[in-house]
Amino acid sequence: MFRSHVLVCGSDGAVLKNLVDNMNELVEKYRLKNDVKVLMTYSLTGDDKISLIVYPEGTQYFNINLESMERIVKDHLLNGKIVKDLLAHPEEKTEEEIASETEFINRQFRMVLKNCGNIDPESIDEYIAQDGYQALGKVLTQMTPEQVVAEVKASGLRGRGGGGFPTGLKWEFACKSKNPVKYICCNADEGDPGAFMDRSILEGDPHSVIEAMAIAGYAIGANKGYIYVRAEYPLAVKRLDKAIAQAREYGLLGKNIFDSGFDFDLEIRLGAGAFVCGEETALLTSIEGKRGEPHPKPPFPAVKGLFGQPTVLNNVETFANIPQIILKGAEWFSSIGTEKSKGTKVFALGGKIEHVGLVEVPMGTTLRKVIYKIGGGIPNGKKFKAAQTGGPSGGCIPPQHLDIPIDYDNLVGIGSMMGSGGLIVMDEDNCMVDMAKFFLEFTVDESCGMCTPCRVGNKRLYELITKITDGRGTMEDLDKLEELCYYIKDNSLCGLGQSAPNPVLSTLKYFRDEYIAHIKDKTCPAGACKALINYEIIPEKCIGCTLCKAACPAEAISGDPLKTHKIDKDKCIKCGTCMAKCKQNAIIKK
Amino acid sequence: MKSLAELNAIKEKVLKEKTEAATKSGEIKVLVGMATCGIMAGAMPVMTALMQEVEKRQLKNVAVSQTGCIGLCNYEPIVEVLMPDMPKVTYIKVTPEKAVKIINDHIVNGKVIKEYTVDNIHWNKE
Repeated sequence: MFRSHVLVCGSDGAVLKNLVDNMNELVEKYRLKNDVKVLMTYSLTGDDKISLIVYPEGTQYFNINLESMERIVKDHLLNGKIVKDLLAHPEEKTEEEIASETEFINRQFRMVLKNCGNIDPESIDEYIAQDGYQALGKVLTQMTPEQVVAEVKASGLRGRGGGGFPTGLKWEFACKSKNPVKYICCNADEGDPGAFMDRSILEGDPHSVIEAMAIAGYAIGANKGYIYVRAEYPLAVKRLDKAIAQAREYGLLGKNIFDSGFDFDLEIRLGAGAFVCGEETALLTSIEGKRGEPHPKPPFPAVKGLFGQPTVLNNVETFANIPQIILKGAEWFSSIGTEKSKGTKVFALGGKIEHVGLVEVPMGTTLRKVIYKIGGGIPNGKKFKAAQTGGPSGGCIPPQHLDIPIDYDNLVGIGSMMGSGGLIVMDEDNCMVDMAKFFLEFTVDESCGMCTPCRVGNKRLYELITKITDGRGTMEDLDKLEELCYYIKDNSLCGLGQSAPNPVLSTLKYFRDEYIAHIKDKTCPAGACKALINYEIIPEKCIGCTLCKAACPAEAISGDPLKTHKIDKDKCIKCGTCMAKCKQNAIIKK
Repeated sequence: MKSLAELNAIKEKVLKEKTEAATKSGEIKVLVGMATCGIMAGAMPVMTALMQEVEKRQLKNVAVSQTGCIGLCNYEPIVEVLMPDMPKVTYIKVTPEKAVKIINDHIVNGKVIKEYTVDNIHWNKE
């Protein structure tokens, strides 16, 4: 099935034929042959004007020539952005309206996830039928390791685990090392709350990661790879296990692959569930069988990593990009996305959003498009308040930044980060102070305890913020909070501590008024912080039906039948049961 | 694996099997989303129901197979039906009962059950 149909319309058959041929060449050039169908059609109005219509959007373009067609293919068909200045009726349709007419999958650009949901993940044959292991074959038979590194470098691929370090550069460091033993590792220790991109790739398309690791092994000269995956992902582990066994059976792992003299094998290591093991140095220590604690960089893993040897560690999603880059070329890959962030990004949508799930969009897509046009918007007609990216290490994006194109640098610029791809949407019922508290609780729990700023600092931070949500905070606490945040950021040893205060800092930046409401007015505007809310019965509305009284687990409601009831604030545990039970809407939350 | 030719041979073989099956008997493919999200939502009983129903009706040209996550996690279990000369139909929130009805109405009688498909998901505009 094609993602888009392009109609070339006009009245002169010969001219049209020529344009269709040109269009097909462009579609071929941008590797969209399986996604786009080009058709020729005679103009309905009978005039000579040539136009080009893209379906299902129904976008009509004028001024068709070779140059404008290339822009349409690159910007619209590949990157999903309407070429506004070529529109036949610029005032009629905006990008927003057009997108809402098509459906969930069609609004995305699936490259990393192309096989997920299409092939049987437990069958290597089905993967091979989808051009699987062709990239490995190409690399081993036609390319030198240096060429592979150069190709990945030219593609502009950056690490998808969060940091965004150029993958090609990482490989180059390891490739140049003369050390006889090197390692390739895959980071599948996906620990951010609400993120499940890597799990879905491993469960839906495990061979793509295996193939990419073998390619990486060849590129840097490693013969052994480790996949470090969370033990909490039993299905992913099972499918990986099976996939590795199949690859060995086919001789795609093991000795002398493709008769090239290159040996490569993989081993799975299970993580025991520590969040800090997602940090690269801690992960490598954990693979060695030691306690998962980070150590200072430099030396970087590419110089001295696993077992003291040069090691390349990449994230699952980063690896899943590699076969496509090799097969379709760096030039193709770098045509997708923005200037400094190439390719696509997979996001796990969660929280207050209609379509919870996985989406893949080209870099540079706006957050508004992801949330409203793909994610289906906020349920129950509520208003968008913020999106949280990057989990406990990231920050929040407020409504005023909904239209910035998502890429590594833009997100850092507004005080958040790309992170691994978890995107939690929050609406007006979410309290931002409470959200920051939630993530802090998580990092306090997950801090490995090795360095003091992270171990003690985050605990103090958590206590300060709890003081505020309990209504005991002062304005001085706010300053102390901020100062401590910067202290922890500057002095922690690893990425966990350095990024732990981010949720607090970004909520302080964009939602300071909520902090102030908690401190000065002793109220929680979103009604989420239990210590600051009260349930009350409106006497005029209460009919004395006794439903709330019967339902209250704390026996805090008193009143005779058919008479106005009353809530005892001292006994009330603020569970909200009475409010849910009341049929007269007589109970309000203040 | 000794050469690219060997790899291509497997690729051709699988593709040929697929197209042959499709042209010969009009093969129908039924895909069930069986990633963690699907299984949690109850894809196992759906898969079993589909296979039992195919078995019961002796539908030789229907292949039921598992696949990964297509991304619509809160609409799982998802069942996709691919029939020759027909666009792919995606059913959401499938139960074993709905699965039996899909086999009966869609696969045997060629009628898409519109109220179960993904077209019914809700969109909130800003």
